[in-house]
Amino acid sequence: MTDLLKSYRFREEREGDWKALEALLKRAESGGARQLSDEDMMALPRLYRQAISSLSVARSISLDQNVIVYLEGLCSRAYFFVYGTRSTFGERLALFFRRDWPAAVRSAGLSTLLAMACMFGAAALAFTLCMMDMDWFWAFNDNMMGGRNPNATTEYLRSTLYTEDAHAADMLGAFAAQLFSHNSQIALFAFALGFAFGLPTAILLMYNGVILGAFVAVFTDRGLGYEVMGWLLIHGVTELFAIVLAGAAGFVIGRAVAFPGKLSRMASARDAGRRAALIAAGCVVMLFLAGLLEGFGRQMINSDVVRYAIAGTTAIIWLSYFYIPRRGRISAELEARA
Amino acid sequence: MTEAGVAAAGQTQAQLQQAALRRRQRLALEKQQRRYIRELLTPEGAVLHLKIATFAERAGAFLLDFIFQWGIVLLVAYGVGVMTMALGWGGWQIGQAFLAVFVFIFRNFWFIFFEMGRRSATPGKRIVGLRVASRDGGALKADAVFARNFMREIEVGLPLTFLFGIGGDLSGVLALFGFLWAGIFMFFPLFNKDKLRVGDLVAGTWVIHAPRDKLMADVVSSVSAEQHSGFSFTPAQLDAYGIHELHVLEDVLRQAPKEVREEVAQRIRAKIGWQRQPNENDRRFLEAYYAGLRRRLEQRMLFGQKKIDKFDTR
Repeated sequence: MTDLLKSYRFREEREGDWKALEALLKRAESGGARQLSDEDMMALPRLYRQAISSLSVARSISLDQNVIVYLEGLCSRAYFFVYGTRSTFGERLALFFRRDWPAAVRSAGLSTLLAMACMFGAAALAFTLCMMDMDWFWAFNDNMMGGRNPNATTEYLRSTLYTEDAHAADMLGAFAAQLFSHNSQIALFAFALGFAFGLPTAILLMYNGVILGAFVAVFTDRGLGYEVMGWLLIHGVTELFAIVLAGAAGFVIGRAVAFPGKLSRMASARDAGRRAALIAAGCVVMLFLAGLLEGFGRQMINSDVVRYAIAGTTAIIWLSYFYIPRRGRISAELEARA
Repeated sequence: MTEAGVAAAGQTQAQLQQAALRRRQRLALEKQQRRYIRELLTPEGAVLHLKIATFAERAGAFLLDFIFQWGIVLLVAYGVGVMTMALGWGGWQIGQAFLAVFVFIFRNFWFIFFEMGRRSATPGKRIVGLRVASRDGGALKADAVFARNFMREIEVGLPLTFLFGIGGDLSGVLALFGFLWAGIFMFFPLFNKDKLRVGDLVAGTWVIHAPRDKLMADVVSSVSAEQHSGFSFTPAQLDAYGIHELHVLEDVLRQAPKEVREEVAQRIRAKIGWQRQPNENDRRFLEAYYAGLRRRLEQRMLFGQKKIDKFDTR
């Protein structure tokens, strides 16, 4: 028994390359692809293929289980690196805002209309009912609106719409409160509940709409309709649009799960889920912006006309951002990597 | 000595039966563990075996993340509180707003940020040794990461909402019903073979083990030619065991304490009918036998005979 085992000789020959690949991966995983020099990037695919072939050979000639387990792990790690995404977080973000988000929103047009119908239909219904008989208000709302209910005086209601002298600190407070408001919760819920065939999403949107309608009705009843809409829409265009889009994302998933068509239910849910998630991610951004508008814009600006102007401007910005088709100017390189 | 003779030497019928029972249990266990293995065919044509994370592992990773996430938030909140107090509460709204932004970002993007990173794993998953991967073997893209994490609203958020609603504005029965309904989403991973949660299903992802195995020195590398000289095994002696026993022996040589090695050496000597020579070292003996057995089994494997264990009488 003077000669060495074949499997041992094999290992001795290849071991250096395995170790080199392992070191490369370790560096790449801890610091991202930028940690690797061009030379490393050239070496990586070669080392990966080498490791894969080593694994195949080892499986057929070696009974050293440590080598096989090690190679299997090494190859999986390298596989995920070689065939994974290479783009940085910043590049992904850029691609999201420049292409993916608006494209996802555009593709969910019908669902958006449906979500809109749910929320604003319910709002209109609640509004009409309340205007006919203000007792309806109590059916829709508990007394959670900070005293803004039919029993309040007109002066009080008016005073809630305007801020006399706004301090920067108060604005910050209002902004903070907005981030944790009911609405930013609702949006992600509306998305996630879509999985239950979209029905809970519809209910949630209607529920939200009903509260909204009743709220506006209280003010309109006292002749403050024009004023309250300005107060609401300055940030509401962004916020309500976000909720509608989140609901639309929920409907996209719900429809895919309920009616998968030619795809398997799993594949259908996956395709729709990824598309809808882009919309939902955008909603989080929109809600953040709505928080800024509510916290600062609404406290600083007490003129109804300016409020309406801002509301209109945001509406135009969002609509053109989402729905005006653009020429893709995204470089092929970024496309391939992201 | 014939093969059968080696196998039967010094063993009663009862012992043989017990051994057979143990073998069946071992094979059943292996089969059960294989249920967590998925095959991934790389474009190079090699099959990689991925191990699905169990529900317990995933729950553990989530708990760790939850603790990190809110631990950091609480720490920062405490820091902000101390700072504003030192300033006489003058700028508490600024502190509050800062905190609000911080919590907003942390709550919504903790998982997303880490899973979009190079390791596709949050700190909790890294500690448990897991990673997220696309089920089709492709790249894990941002949209999939968004999808699987926003879905957490109904998996964790919804049951909690109903749970806290029991004492609040929901009636008890309604809240309980809601909680049970929401529990379906929470315990979804228990009810499918890939242990997918709703987020994974919708995103087309799964959570797998991210192996970090070290390459250890080969056991045979420490067996030099002169050490071999004292040991020479006959083919019959080397046919006493199969691949399973070889792997057990490898583990014994790599990590077992001295007493275990002693006992294993004793057993092998008895089984193959090896006369212990004066001042024969147990480790040396085991290493030499391991080398011999591996050479024999590897040779037979090259000829297409995979002797899986000692009961395999090929």
